[in-house]
Amino acid sequence: MYGTVYDMIDVTGLGKRFGDTPALHSLDLHIPEGQVHGLLGPNGAGKTTLIRILTTLLRPTAGHATVAGFDVVRQAADVRRRIGLVGQHAAVDELLTGHQNLDMFARLSHLPRRTAAARAGELLERFGLADTGRKPVKDYSGGMRRRLDLAAGLILSPPVLFLDEPTTGLDPRSRDQVWSAIRDLAGQGSTILLTTQYLEEADRLATQISIIDGGRLVAAGTPAELKATIGGDRVEVVAASAADLPAVAGLLGPYAHIEEETRRVSAPAPDRVAALTGAVRGLAEAGIAAEDIGVRRPTLDEVFLRLTEAGK
Amino acid sequence: MRWALADGWTITRRDLRHWANQPGQIIVGLLFPVLIVLMFGYLFGGGMTVPGGGDYREFLMPGMFALTMVFGLETTFAAVSTDAARGVTDRFRSLPMASSAVVTGRAAADLLNSVLGLAVLIGCGLAVGWRAQDGPGRAALAIGLLLLLRFALLWLGIWLGLVAGSPDLLVAVQILVWPIGFLSSALVSPATMPGWLGAIAEWNPLSATATAARELFGNPGWGGDSWAAQHAIAMAVAWPVLIVAVFFPLSIRAFRRLGS
Repeated sequence: MYGTVYDMIDVTGLGKRFGDTPALHSLDLHIPEGQVHGLLGPNGAGKTTLIRILTTLLRPTAGHATVAGFDVVRQAADVRRRIGLVGQHAAVDELLTGHQNLDMFARLSHLPRRTAAARAGELLERFGLADTGRKPVKDYSGGMRRRLDLAAGLILSPPVLFLDEPTTGLDPRSRDQVWSAIRDLAGQGSTILLTTQYLEEADRLATQISIIDGGRLVAAGTPAELKATIGGDRVEVVAASAADLPAVAGLLGPYAHIEEETRRVSAPAPDRVAALTGAVRGLAEAGIAAEDIGVRRPTLDEVFLRLTEAGK
Repeated sequence: MRWALADGWTITRRDLRHWANQPGQIIVGLLFPVLIVLMFGYLFGGGMTVPGGGDYREFLMPGMFALTMVFGLETTFAAVSTDAARGVTDRFRSLPMASSAVVTGRAAADLLNSVLGLAVLIGCGLAVGWRAQDGPGRAALAIGLLLLLRFALLWLGIWLGLVAGSPDLLVAVQILVWPIGFLSSALVSPATMPGWLGAIAEWNPLSATATAARELFGNPGWGGDSWAAQHAIAMAVAWPVLIVAVFFPLSIRAFRRLGS
């Protein structure tokens, strides 16, 4: 906690080793109430390990963490009353119906019997599963299972929600349904920690992003800030003829970079409009034909590849 | 404590709902031992002789009761390992429920399943001419010993399921149950086996319970004269107690280790 700003998730110096294998190194993370925080990293970066520690499933070997103000090791029971977890698998019972699943999890969350049944019905309705609520889950599609799993994570309307790769393996339509459900939750003020391998997902849903790799935090910021860290906008010209490449590079200034194979020349463009008009005018005056010209903002993919091992 | 019981019941009821949702599966599970009774009682039974003289089907039924308890190991293993692999166990562990309920609820559900299985098989036994000859008191004791064996194997099943972490090994468990079943006095007399094999069969926990059940039901036994055969009832208590003593703590440890 800092003054009046209350960190719903507060991680300090958190470390985890599995035997001799380190999974997390002295990680720090502070997520204020109501934030949707994207945790990005390649496979094996430690995302799931972090989620498992924060949801009390795994004990850390160093440092400490609090969720909603409660220590995840010493006050695990208090933490469990305030969180929802949606894991990588749809952790639901295949042989029960959707309604029976939610009813069971609600009873195990200690809701009274009638409240539990009512809450199950309400959540099925909200996730578009009301029609199939009486069918066994084994007959559900992947997207329906994931939505049921999401519903199961929301039984107690938890103030903090953990979503571990909620759309991995889903088709685009199911993914959109899960995304819109997450946006609704964010709109209601839930604090959400979302892990993903999909940069697009983090870009669309998260207001803050942390990138971890090899168990360490390698970058943090808003999506726009992260994109800016790798050099900001660039002006790009694709020349019609390879012979013109040196001339184009001359026009774009001393920091121009030539890619021979694609006949592409690019250079930093701190002022987007000036860089573009300058390039267009220069090309016209020199009589050089261009196939394409534009100013491009780096994508989160580039940030990701630049910062993580996956890109090296 | 109140929640431990209530949550345990919620987990047990989950299995009852499985049965209601998939009656086919439970019926097949219940009828499988009946099929074996018919196979051994009528197909192979003609070639079987009980050493002390006596009806083979009278000899067979207590052995089948005990063997059915051992089959229960597969049910426990499948349920525990599937929950672990699917993330259902993790979901339970992230809920504000009594964590003991995950195990106690499972135990109660599996025992109920076995009580049902035993009831069906006793009905089948009565239909093929088997009788409890020594009165209801000793018969109840025999049923108690059978369920004690099942209770002990619960902990072996829970431990194996948690350690395996996925139902991939289910087939291995199913296959392993057979040699354990055959290498006992459940279906045939160990006296007909080569000496060293017979000795293993006599000391098999399954044999202890089968022999004790024959004694208590007043059914013909195979009349072995080893210490284990002479003290079958004591062995039918000692083996399960030993199995619980080993695998109950191991199960609890395996459950705790999920968090490390």
